[in-house]
Amino acid sequence: MTDQSLPSHAAPALSASSLNKTFTVRGNGLGKPARHVHAVSDFSFDLPTGSTLGIVGESGCGKSTTARLLMHLVEPDSGQIRLSGEPVGTAKRDLKQFRRKVQMVFQDSSASLNPRLTIEQSITFAPMVHGVSAKEARETAWRLLDRVGLDPARFAGRYPHELSGGQRQRVNIARALALNPKVVIFDEAVSALDKSVEAQVLNLLNELKAEFGLSYIFISHDLNVVRYISDHVLVMYLGQVVEQGPVEQIYAAPRHPYTRALLASMPSADPDQRTMAAPISGDPPSPIDLPPGCRFAPRCAFAEGICNTMPYELRHGDARVRCHISDPQSGHSKAEAAQ
Amino acid sequence: MNTPLLSVKDLTVQFRTAKGPITAVDGIDLTLERGEVLGIIGESGSGKSVTMRALLRILPEAKTTISGNLLLDGKDALSLKGRDLASYRGGDVSMVFQEPATALDPVYTIGTQIAETVRRHRKVSRKDAQARALEMLELVRIPSPASRLGNYPHEMSGGMRQRAMIALALAAGPKLLLADEPTTALDATVQIQVILLLRELQKEMGMATIFVTHDVGVAAEISDRIAVMYAGRIVETGTAADVLKNPKHPYTQGLLSSTVQGAKPGAPIKAIPGMPPDLAQMPPGCAFAPRCPLATSTCQAAVPDLRTQGAARRVACVKVEEIA
Repeated sequence: MTDQSLPSHAAPALSASSLNKTFTVRGNGLGKPARHVHAVSDFSFDLPTGSTLGIVGESGCGKSTTARLLMHLVEPDSGQIRLSGEPVGTAKRDLKQFRRKVQMVFQDSSASLNPRLTIEQSITFAPMVHGVSAKEARETAWRLLDRVGLDPARFAGRYPHELSGGQRQRVNIARALALNPKVVIFDEAVSALDKSVEAQVLNLLNELKAEFGLSYIFISHDLNVVRYISDHVLVMYLGQVVEQGPVEQIYAAPRHPYTRALLASMPSADPDQRTMAAPISGDPPSPIDLPPGCRFAPRCAFAEGICNTMPYELRHGDARVRCHISDPQSGHSKAEAAQ
Repeated sequence: MNTPLLSVKDLTVQFRTAKGPITAVDGIDLTLERGEVLGIIGESGSGKSVTMRALLRILPEAKTTISGNLLLDGKDALSLKGRDLASYRGGDVSMVFQEPATALDPVYTIGTQIAETVRRHRKVSRKDAQARALEMLELVRIPSPASRLGNYPHEMSGGMRQRAMIALALAAGPKLLLADEPTTALDATVQIQVILLLRELQKEMGMATIFVTHDVGVAAEISDRIAVMYAGRIVETGTAADVLKNPKHPYTQGLLSSTVQGAKPGAPIKAIPGMPPDLAQMPPGCAFAPRCPLATSTCQAAVPDLRTQGAARRVACVKVEEIA
């Protein structure tokens, strides 16, 4: 592998096309049939080199399954993932190389560190598996610990339980960077942190991205955090992308009724301008055995007969929206006129 | 003016641990009028949940020492024992917890749990208690309430379970409702529904409410007054608008400026350096001093008192006059 080969500017750091994943819930053998969880359907995106893609959505929308699909921790039923334009193979050797370039930071900072390894051992473990000498791995670990704001002389020999949540998450970040990856996937990586610590970690992530030439995929349910850190954002509902585009465009002028409801659900933070009515009612439904049409239709204020068919994902400027209202040809009574 | 519904003076909660006593709540004062909503904001370990549990008297007695005064409607709640204490919990004061999935009993239906609470606190027949349970589910706007009465907690969605939890908490008509991060575990579109529901019910039933949250936005949506806690002490109180729009304590200022809400994308956030202190090794004087940009040696001399600053405002900082 020649890591130093020039990055091709045309190819995105990471891209996926038409990923699908359905999990099967077994029947009980007593006449209860097997059911299907449509975790991720027809999922495509490009992550341009050096940018951050935010993925937002509520529980059960497939955010975390997406992260696992991208890491090949779960195999997709169909679809393809490309790293710098190259399709990712499924052979063990290919995956090992792939995972070296794509790293992940999880939400639960303590569950994702081995409690029996010291911080230094945790960080040097993966590089040594990939053939880096112990001495070199240790030097890298100390340099990275220092970089994420933990004094290596004090922290390298400690165990995860001796650290606070914020410190552990810094260790996880250092561990992800130890393999010199191109892409880092953060799955709710700051959600469990206190607000003042969250701000420190977000600042650190922004600095590291520029310093190490990284590209990020940032998965979160927190709309404020995603707005702050992302260049592009992708809104998921029940396993599908309903809207994606540049972050400012999505937040300033959301087109999909779900995106609008989600943004309007954010607490106002101004006691004089409180939210007066809930944008939508009910909980997100279970992703088991979904109806064939638009998945948001049962909660949508604008649902009509046409919404019993699945809308296409259509381009609007730099954004893409999956809604009949945004499709002039759909026949929806509120459909926008063709331009 | 008549006496406030809740009056807490110098409430201190100590846990006896293997490593020696830990003071989780350190001499806090609170007053709450009938029908008022107090929001308590703070980070993990600031003592907000322990305060709530002390108010409901559900801390394990063998391991805790509670001192100070706690008067609810003129009744000394710290001296209650036996049946009186059992009537106080759930009857006078009730609580909505963060995680309804673990707070509700998994082996009884929602209807049974609410009816049981009603029968414990009011002398009514089984049938009337069931009717009250149905009424409560209607009140919290659970769709098709009659059939939901027979549901077990695991058969409901997260938002529905939290509504059921609220119905259970309100069933006996408490004077004071304690809500401990009740919307934190919920999805964004469900969180706002539950906040609005609590706000409406609070107006309708007129009970006083203490709402604990780490989310400034949520506190702004529901609170009349706000108390900010840090390391077991209240550092600032005032009306919600005053505290959130014109914070006086350096910690409140730091907390508000470190939120990403409204931050310019990509630009560095003004984060508070360091992290909250270990309660077993508290710094001398002001607990925030080690992280405070204004700290001087005076800050370490003594724990600053909450001093009145204008109408309903109190701030525990010796430097408050210097802060614009």
